[in-house]
Amino acid sequence: MERDEPAAGMGPDAPAMTVATESPIIEARKVSKHFGHVVALRDVDLKLWPNEVLGVVGDNGAGKSTLMKILSGVHPASEGEMLVDGLPVRFSNPGDARRLGIEMVYQDLALAGNMRIDENIFLGREQTRRLGPFRLVDHAANRDEAKRHLDNLRVEVKSVTQRVEQLSGGQRQAVAIARATAFQAKVVIMDEPTAALAVREVRKVLDLIRDLRTHGISVILISHRLDDVFYVCDRVMALFHGRNFAEAPLSAIDRNEVIGWIMGNKSGSDAAAGLDVD
Amino acid sequence: MTDVMSSGPGSELADAGARSPGVIRVMGWFDRWGVLLLVVIMAVLSWLAQPDVFLSERNIFNIFRQTAFYQLLALGEFIVIVTAGIDLSVGSTLALAMMTAAVMAKAGIVWPLVFLAPFVVGTLVGVVNGLGLTKLHMPHPFIMTLGMMFIVRGATYLISEGRPISGLPPEVSWLGTGNIGVLGVNVPVSLVVVIITFVIAWVFLQHLRTGRHIFALGGNPQAARVSGVNVDRTLVIAYALCGLLAGFAGLLLAGRTNSGFPDAGNGDELVAISAVIIGGASFFGGRGTVLGVFAGVLVIGMLRNLLNLSNVQVFWQQVLIGVVIIAVVAFDVLRRRVSASS
Repeated sequence: MERDEPAAGMGPDAPAMTVATESPIIEARKVSKHFGHVVALRDVDLKLWPNEVLGVVGDNGAGKSTLMKILSGVHPASEGEMLVDGLPVRFSNPGDARRLGIEMVYQDLALAGNMRIDENIFLGREQTRRLGPFRLVDHAANRDEAKRHLDNLRVEVKSVTQRVEQLSGGQRQAVAIARATAFQAKVVIMDEPTAALAVREVRKVLDLIRDLRTHGISVILISHRLDDVFYVCDRVMALFHGRNFAEAPLSAIDRNEVIGWIMGNKSGSDAAAGLDVD
Repeated sequence: MTDVMSSGPGSELADAGARSPGVIRVMGWFDRWGVLLLVVIMAVLSWLAQPDVFLSERNIFNIFRQTAFYQLLALGEFIVIVTAGIDLSVGSTLALAMMTAAVMAKAGIVWPLVFLAPFVVGTLVGVVNGLGLTKLHMPHPFIMTLGMMFIVRGATYLISEGRPISGLPPEVSWLGTGNIGVLGVNVPVSLVVVIITFVIAWVFLQHLRTGRHIFALGGNPQAARVSGVNVDRTLVIAYALCGLLAGFAGLLLAGRTNSGFPDAGNGDELVAISAVIIGGASFFGGRGTVLGVFAGVLVIGMLRNLLNLSNVQVFWQQVLIGVVIIAVVAFDVLRRRVSASS
């Protein structure tokens, strides 16, 4: 197993994973992003394998959120290439990404509190039934489908007809994740999904994230909480100043190394390698 | 608390998840029926003050006939307020629609076109409001519709040269003043028209995707956008419907007065907004019911009726409507605070 060797100053062919026979479900190659004169990302590579939970860590401003917005179609990349299932793709809006099964769960949840749970899950994609020349929203079908989906994810709510504003923070996060996975999602990108939660709710959301794997869904998790990363992720990659800094399977590293990566340090023998980043 | 994900009693979350079911039920009851309680209170007060007149069929139907155009105006305003918007131009739109019908009638144009024109005029004004808001990226609909309020009022004076025109086709007058037998009772046509329109609006808002999207974007525009809702298109539709209903209101008022006058609807946008707020809709969007709007207009109509019957000076009406608006919203705020802290 090659572990964290391919870390700093990565060239074009970044981490050589052992599962090289199949193509990554999503891949970014040398992606850069400029906002005016500000360079948010420079030559960043990312690979996400099927049924993998990848943690992305980095300090504020390291480029994590920008990278996720590129992967989910919110921003176009300034340079670089994106592949889904090994085929090149270009997203001009989140809808393009969603059609290929890439969904984003936003930090601020992006739920309409005044609407019912089932309506939030199906917002913009409501099932309808015909009535003469009209297409009416099939509330009953959406309700049943939402219930089935939540049961499937083992998310418990009193009723799917509750308004989202009546839910706790953890339940809301679960609804947001349920919405992201309701339509054949292959990849769910989550930006700090536990940041706004009460301590006792964090574990349940993390378990839910871990369970997504059993539904054939890969996850990219942005988090600054290393507890979360070590609890759910298979692999972690660090960004530093908009570049790849290091990455490794979680089994091969410890918490202090990851903290070092976030600060831009490599521990022990890797220390020198870290310096050529800047 | 049966839900696994909820935090249970003593939670540090300020969420409703910790509220007792009883409180939620009472709150839900008030959300839905509170304004009807107000209607009942108004009715009892009116009956106590004027026991002989108030409950007469003639007086009741008079209230409905006089408020019919306010109902349509408020219904349109409601749709826009649900999107967390506002439309200040509905009073002017009503006048332009009304004057257009009157001018066309005077020119001898056949009645179906006279009938149709207010709808077209109203919808066009609404579409301009919606496009201006979304395409010109106006910081707030207040500004776009404030501008349109003046533009449309000016246009109304221009097409009428500032003079009222009387005489509309009998079909239009029938809409405003006629009666129709329903289950053996002679009901004002305008009331029937209003009820049908409200039912259609209810179906639209509750059962059509666009209607649900109007509520969603009023609740959280960001959520609507990332969910793939075409927010701009939905907004244009909402303002177009508001304009359409304002035009319809103009037609109804033209029918009732058998004329068009360029001052019509002056300030009525504020009456419409008041009715929507009294009816329990949130000024911040995403909340409210068409039944609430109907009741809100009725409360204002009954208040005026009571004061008229009691020979109270007309200026007091304004004072009292203002008091009711503030009292209703203050009570609503108090109610929410009490139920949030329990």
